[in-house]
Amino acid sequence: MSAVLQPASVEELAAAVRSAPRVIATGAGSKPRLSMVCADAVRVSTSRLSGITEYEPSEFTFTALAGTPVREIRAALGERGQYLPFDPVLADAGSTLAGAVAAGINGPGRWRYGGLRDFILGVRLVDGEGRLLRFGGKVVKNAAGFDVPKLLVGSAGRLGVIAEMTFKVFPRPLAWRSLRLPAVDEIAKGRLLAELGRGRWELDAVESVVGDPVVFVRLGAPEAAIDALAKEIMDRFGGEILGEKEAAAWWFDAAEFRWTHPAGAWAKFPLTPSDGPAFATWVATHPGARARIGAAGNVGYVSWPVMEAAAECPWRGVLLRGNGPLWPGPRRLTAVAAAVKAALDPVGRFPGLED
Amino acid sequence: MTRPEPSPALRRLAAVVPAGRILDGPAQLAAYESDALTAFQTRPLAIVVPETQEEVVALVRFCHAEGLPFVARGSGTSLSGGSLPVAGGIVIALNRLNRIRRIDLDQRIAVVEPGVVNSAVTAAVQAHGLHYAPDPSSQLICTIGGNVAFNAGGAHCLKYGMTSNHVLGLKAVLATGEVVEFGGASREQAGPDWTGLFVGNEGLFGVALEITLQLLPRAECFHTVLAGYATLEQAGDAVAAIVASGLLPGAIEIMEKLALEAATAAVHAEYPPGCEAVLIVELEGPREVVAADRARLDALLAASRPVEVRPARDAAERLAIWKGRKSAFSAVGRLSPDFIVQDGVVPRRRLGEALRLINGWSREMGVRCANVFHAGDGNLHPLILYDGREPGALLRAEELAGRILRMCVEMGGSITGEHGVGVEKRDYLPAMFAAEEIACLKRIRSAFDPKGIANPGKMFPEKGAPALVHAGLHPLEKAGVISRE
Ligand SMILES: Cc1cc2nc3c(=O)[nH]c(=O)nc-3n(C[C@H](O)[C@H](O)[C@H](O)COP(=O)(O)OP(=O)(O)OC[C@H]3O[C@@H](n4cnc5c(N)ncnc54)[C@H](O)[C@@H]3O)c2cc1C
Repeated sequence: MSAVLQPASVEELAAAVRSAPRVIATGAGSKPRLSMVCADAVRVSTSRLSGITEYEPSEFTFTALAGTPVREIRAALGERGQYLPFDPVLADAGSTLAGAVAAGINGPGRWRYGGLRDFILGVRLVDGEGRLLRFGGKVVKNAAGFDVPKLLVGSAGRLGVIAEMTFKVFPRPLAWRSLRLPAVDEIAKGRLLAELGRGRWELDAVESVVGDPVVFVRLGAPEAAIDALAKEIMDRFGGEILGEKEAAAWWFDAAEFRWTHPAGAWAKFPLTPSDGPAFATWVATHPGARARIGAAGNVGYVSWPVMEAAAECPWRGVLLRGNGPLWPGPRRLTAVAAAVKAALDPVGRFPGLED
Repeated sequence: MTRPEPSPALRRLAAVVPAGRILDGPAQLAAYESDALTAFQTRPLAIVVPETQEEVVALVRFCHAEGLPFVARGSGTSLSGGSLPVAGGIVIALNRLNRIRRIDLDQRIAVVEPGVVNSAVTAAVQAHGLHYAPDPSSQLICTIGGNVAFNAGGAHCLKYGMTSNHVLGLKAVLATGEVVEFGGASREQAGPDWTGLFVGNEGLFGVALEITLQLLPRAECFHTVLAGYATLEQAGDAVAAIVASGLLPGAIEIMEKLALEAATAAVHAEYPPGCEAVLIVELEGPREVVAADRARLDALLAASRPVEVRPARDAAERLAIWKGRKSAFSAVGRLSPDFIVQDGVVPRRRLGEALRLINGWSREMGVRCANVFHAGDGNLHPLILYDGREPGALLRAEELAGRILRMCVEMGGSITGEHGVGVEKRDYLPAMFAAEEIACLKRIRSAFDPKGIANPGKMFPEKGAPALVHAGLHPLEKAGVISRE
């Protein structure tokens, strides 16, 4: 493996990008496929580019450097009763905030108010020519200029290196309850997910394990209201309330992806609830594969026991760990994607969109 | 009466779309000369009114081949000159592409054409307990295509976000003629968020042909409170206290005295007497949650030294509160023959300071200014009154608007929260972004539109401003159909 640069300021980050003809940014490495690119690329680590640079609880915003661990942000917000509602994943694994943005994966809580893309307000990035550029804003509402911050969500370091980000945050609900609801098979599950999504309860998270006849639901609300909501859901669909410890363990496992094969491939696929049965059937054709459905049927995660991901995928997704194309599944290459890539990275310093 | 011979470009254009789609009579052209920012007017070469997506694609490919500028247009309610025509170019009016192509209740999405009116989406799904959340106060008339191009907001942005937070995917014909599909029916994505980049492009990338919108369950219960304060500072302090408490209201709005007087005169809104400012707060959600939050909100408001607090006791009283609020701008408009509305953003904690500055300049310059704003997200909507017949009045109004925009940037905010840059604020873009950043935005624009034919002259500073003329309210405002928020 080639050298690793560790810039300690945004200016040093820009200089690091300029210093090599081929560059890939890396965070904590918790989504290793994203930075598994040609061997001659110099790795620019964000590990020393860390810290919350501004936090204004009264504005519902904070700004942090690229390598700031998600765990640190969660703790700082928690002290002021706030949170990132999309539940950034892999906090325990040391995931960095920029890594979360570049990977574009959300935790279970994304169901309620939306994902990373809905909370990112502004970015500073280093483009392929090593320029430090700022887009978006630092206030919760801003419509000036193109929405480059959103474009970077899921961009896997192919369009630029994120130096700093500003996010919107929300007050954290005061109480939580988790329920386990029965669903005899994947078809019943699909119907249950749709009904839960249309209900009046404003659920926080709706997740399930493919092949298990249950759906896990999390509620976040004021203490005085939450038991009535939980009871109504159970009266309607059956099921039970999880004990506090059991609930914490289940959501931790979900958000940390502890359920995946640690030495096997792991991928994300955007879905709709009606894809559920076909998705489950497809997963079942791979011996030892494990899968979960999140965001009430809007996303599926698969993990294989081996590093080789499925060669043929009926859905377009992103490979987070393992060997295989970065974007498995049917491709929709557009000419404009290549043109925007060239606008941000004219010399091809970062890996190509399809590498 | 004989009409001049159509230009060669027009004659070739006529071969691209079925007969009857092209309007080029003087009266027809005049109707499209402006958008809702009537101070700018430009006469286009022709208006084309396609009826199908294929016709739009053919038109854009024709424009690309000819190097002919085009401006996509929805209902022309842009407040920043976004849909102002380009001289010598065509306007592609999308109002007939107004089909709702698919509603999926299980996935809670609607797939619509760009000419569908904002409020028509909610109307189509409300029987199923769903709604489309973004609610610009022009929602009875503005189109989803226009909302997408301008990333339109409304009164509920703090909790629910803007248009971009509700667009899951879209199909568009880019200015190169390429037809692309970004995103899709899922709420999740893989790969760079092209949909997110497209929303808010101000018509500079191409024409949206089909948009996938997320629908939300309609909140079950509302608690709407109006509180009057003797001073603006007290109203501002109340907002700070609410935000600090951990409540997340659906809307937090403030109206200042001049706006209150106008609303009283216009729609017989009743406000507590002796108030400099009125605060409107709305909680929404499951009834148990609203009941719990309501107790906290009521206690906070009681402690904020209001002149009076008036909770809406039923749906009719709630609607009355919103009617006063939503009519405030057109009501203020009646106080003056002309006005411009700005929509800069300041950090919420600096709202009080921003308003003191605005009111000071207003007095000093002798230009009246009424303030109504989205206090929850720091989005100001100062309404600057002037009489266009008075020499220099428009320029003084523009001068005040400019000071306000620069103040917003200096405070760390934005020149626009939801109305877009358009023609009006293009010279202020450099106040927010460095030259290298603007150059990068332009390169992105060129990736979508290498020939610069899609809505040229908007967003980016250019030499030579379009002619400023004075004109009154948008015709639909005069008719009382829509109002400015
Ligand atoms: C009385 C009044 C109140 C308002 N209140 C609000 C408010 O509360 N919040 C808010 O955000 N805005 C508000 N606005 C501003 C305006 O309504 C919005 O900007 C709206 O989104 C414009 O929609 P439209 O259909 O009228 O678009 P137009 O004005 O016709 O077009 C606006 C822009 O969109 C582009 N465009 C239109 N259709 C397409 C398409 N299919 N593909 C690509 N580009 C396209 C145009 O080229 C233009 O640049 C208000 C305006 C008025 C007059």
